[in-house]
Order: sequence, then structure tokens, then C-alpha cells
Amino acid sequence: MTTTNLTTNVRNGNNGISVIDFDGEVNGFTESILMDAYQQASKDNTHAIILNFEKLDYLNSSGIGLLVTILIRAQRQDQRLLACGLSDHYREIFALTRLDEAIGIYATESEAISAANL
Amino acid sequence: MTTPTPEVPKSVDGWAKPVDKLSVKEVPSEAINLNVEGRQLAGLVHGFGQMWQKTYRVNLSGVNVTPQEVIKTWKENFPKYWPEGNNLYIPLTGIQPGEVGLINLAAPGGLKLSTGIMVIYTDDVSFSFMTPEGHMFAGMITFSAYEDEGITIVQIQALIRANDPIYELSFRLGFGHRSEDEFWHNTLENLASEFGVQGQVEQKNELIDPRIQWNEVNNVWRNAGVRSALYAPVAAVKNLFRPAQ
Repeated sequence: MTTTNLTTNVRNGNNGISVIDFDGEVNGFTESILMDAYQQASKDNTHAIILNFEKLDYLNSSGIGLLVTILIRAQRQDQRLLACGLSDHYREIFALTRLDEAIGIYATESEAISAANL
Repeated sequence: MTTPTPEVPKSVDGWAKPVDKLSVKEVPSEAINLNVEGRQLAGLVHGFGQMWQKTYRVNLSGVNVTPQEVIKTWKENFPKYWPEGNNLYIPLTGIQPGEVGLINLAAPGGLKLSTGIMVIYTDDVSFSFMTPEGHMFAGMITFSAYEDEGITIVQIQALIRANDPIYELSFRLGFGHRSEDEFWHNTLENLASEFGVQGQVEQKNELIDPRIQWNEVNNVWRNAGVRSALYAPVAAVKNLFRPAQ
């Protein structure tokens, strides 16, 4: 069964920072949802995109692969990619896969926004 | 936006813990452990060459087998389905999160290329490996099975960059890709045969990032192929003095 349980919400700020809220599960079947969300978040003036994982229920290895794809797309657009709201467990996964070396990790959205403005 | 609810296994404990350096638990006497012990995982954002997503898929049509059954069989017999001459030495605990396996691959000229993997994730319908520094590619490879319209589909998906300029050259010249593709085609065909299916493997390649990461050029000093070739005479002498079994 190739179905998904993920909701995303995109907030485009007027400061060139967009936030994508994740609610649910990120896995290999959520590719189109993630890529649509990235497209909505990525405007002409966007210089940073924050992935808000506060309501993330589940992330598997295919989901990590999709985050890498978003990272590459952001890098090619000269956008910074940041993440916030990750539980300790998912922070460990970012460390394991060394994604934390390319995606800035912050505890809260406000901290991520401050970092994106630097 | 939301799409219909899935039946996706939730295995929060299916992830390995982060490690600074890889450590091999068991080294069989016939295995070469040259490029794994003490190495870091290469990481998804490291590696030198272009980033590719390569997907290999085979349908197990005509047989009644669930994705869970396929993955259970695959995990229990993983190296059995590899092309002849290639070995994965995994601890007796099997494919479990955090386990490190030694790989000895058949290379041209009778050489054995020594490298490895770490199991980073497993659940009922998938498992994933990451590669160490010096491996042919930096990245992650996921083995999975799922059901689509009543047919179980088995998939291998690699998200990879060539680890250094030598490997990238081999990919650009074609033989790196060809050898990688043949390896996984054979693996899926052998796995399908296990379930009585003469499977036709479908392949899709997607260039995720055409850029080269020049800041990773020094990875070449850890090239497992070069190091294995340099080690070959030592291995030959060791073999001469190994006690008969």
C-alpha cells in the first residue's frame, strides 16, 4: 500500500524566510508532498527555509533521503536549510547520517529564524 | 495537503545510534578488514562526485508473498543473493541497526576490494546501509518491499555520490555505473528466483545534483580500491602462511 499520512503547511515570511511545518510521517511515499511544499516555500526572494518538525511522528531512512534531496535543491538556489523542533531521537538520526553538518539544527523556530537572519 | 492513510510500519527503535568511528566486531580469517575499522561513515552530504538516485525494482508477480516475508528472507540471507565472488561478512546478530559489515568485492585482476557498510535502519519492510570513507560512493542504500495492486514489489534505492575523483572518473566513463547496475540487477534477480519468479529488473536513474564537491577531493587518500590493490601482495603472503582449514 503506497499511501501516506503527512500534512505540510508552508508559511512564507516577508523577510525571505519560509517555514515548512510537518505533521505526521515522512517516508518514501511522501516525495510529492515534500517537493510540493518545497516549491511553495521557495520564492524568488527566499534565502532560508526552516523545516519545523515539532509535529513529526515518524521518519524512516527513505524520508531522510528525501530531506537530502530538498537540501540539494535549496543549495542550488543559494538557500540555507535549517531545522527545528526535532526530538532528541531525531537529532541523533541527523547526527548519524551527518545531515546535521549541512542543515542547521535549532531547538525552536524563533532560534532558527534568528540564525537565518544572521 | 494530505493523502490517504498508509500502512507504514513505525519502528522508532529501528535506527542505529550515531558513531564517531566504525568498529568491526567479528573478522573471519578469510576476510580482509582494511578500510572499515576506525573510519567514519561517509555521510549523505559528503562525497566528491555528482549525486545520483538509482532505483532498481522487480515485481514478484504470480506468487503469494508479503513484503514482510520478502524482507525477512532478504535480511536473513543477504549476501546469498549477491553475484558470485562477492562477500558481506556481517556479525551473527545479522542485519540489525548499528551492525558493521565487512565487504570483500571481486575486482578486476583477481583483486579483492575491501570495504564495508553500517546498518543504519531496519523495519519490517526495509533496511538501509551507509558506507564508510573510502567506499566507492558516499551515501545510503535502502532495500525495501511494498505492495502495489496486490503485487509485491522489491526495490533497491541508492542515493549516492562517487566518493573521490578516481571513482567519479569511473562513473563518468560508464564502467562504474555499469558494474554497480549489474551488481544490483543480479541481486534482485537472485532474490526473485528465491521466490520462484524470473524477474525483470526495472531501473530508473535520477541526477539529483550535477555539481562536483571539490572540497571533498582529499577523499582520494582513503580510496578503498587503491588501498586494496596496494595490500594485495601482503594478503597473498598471509594466505601462504594461513593454517589449512
